[in-house]
Amino acid sequence: MNDMAAVILISVGVLFNIFGCIGLLRLPDIYNRLQAATKCVTLGCCSILIGVLVHFGIGGAGFRALVAIPILFFTATVAAHALVRGAYHFGTKLDKRTVKDDYREAVK
Amino acid sequence: MRYLAIFILSMIFWLLITFRFTIPNITAGAVASAITAAIFGRYYFHNVYKFLQPRRWYWFTVYLVTFIWACIMANFDVAYRVLHPAMPIRPGIVKITTTLRSEFARTLLANSITMTPGTITVDIIGDEIFVHWIYIRSDDPARYTKMVTGRFEEYIKKFAE
Repeated sequence: MNDMAAVILISVGVLFNIFGCIGLLRLPDIYNRLQAATKCVTLGCCSILIGVLVHFGIGGAGFRALVAIPILFFTATVAAHALVRGAYHFGTKLDKRTVKDDYREAVK
Repeated sequence: MRYLAIFILSMIFWLLITFRFTIPNITAGAVASAITAAIFGRYYFHNVYKFLQPRRWYWFTVYLVTFIWACIMANFDVAYRVLHPAMPIRPGIVKITTTLRSEFARTLLANSITMTPGTITVDIIGDEIFVHWIYIRSDDPARYTKMVTGRFEEYIKKFAE
């Protein structure tokens, strides 16, 4: 029973990681690509880690998987913010479908 | 007092990741936590007594549940946009104004915005947060501020300020 739940959780995680990768390929510019990369990949990894917790139970490896989840959340969000800001200051153009850019005046 | 809070938190963290309750392990953890507290103690938690108020813990739980729900919705939202043949995106960077004062609360708000559907925080300048949005649903600043921050701002104000 536990193994069944673990397999389902890990499969869902892998599926969302695949969605994230498709997003990386299909979306037009770095800003939109990072959206797919941070969201799908973070939650996909969380799902895999919860699957690991279900498989090993409370103790050793399972607990470490649980502790990794908040760390993953904080580092992924901070890294995404740093990458977006760095890309903008480096001068990467927004996609031509972009409708609004409030940040340009603030940076000048 | 501040140093003690950091020490206890890092000690709990150490015990969780090692998960062995032997004397040498606990001693090593105590030494590592003491060094951490000595270096980083002055940066965090200006008022430790906030930890002891049950009201804040209640709002923290409410915030956590809302946050996890928003994360799951964000996933399905991005998956839908990526898999849709026509890719329904309307991206842009919008400016929203926050009323939160403390640095800790602002960091939490920025992280929450990054994990919620379709938005990613670019920068904070003064009171203004710049947010890249994958599908801008409104052109009116008051309305989109409400959409982006959602209920996070009031919850964070209740437990972190």
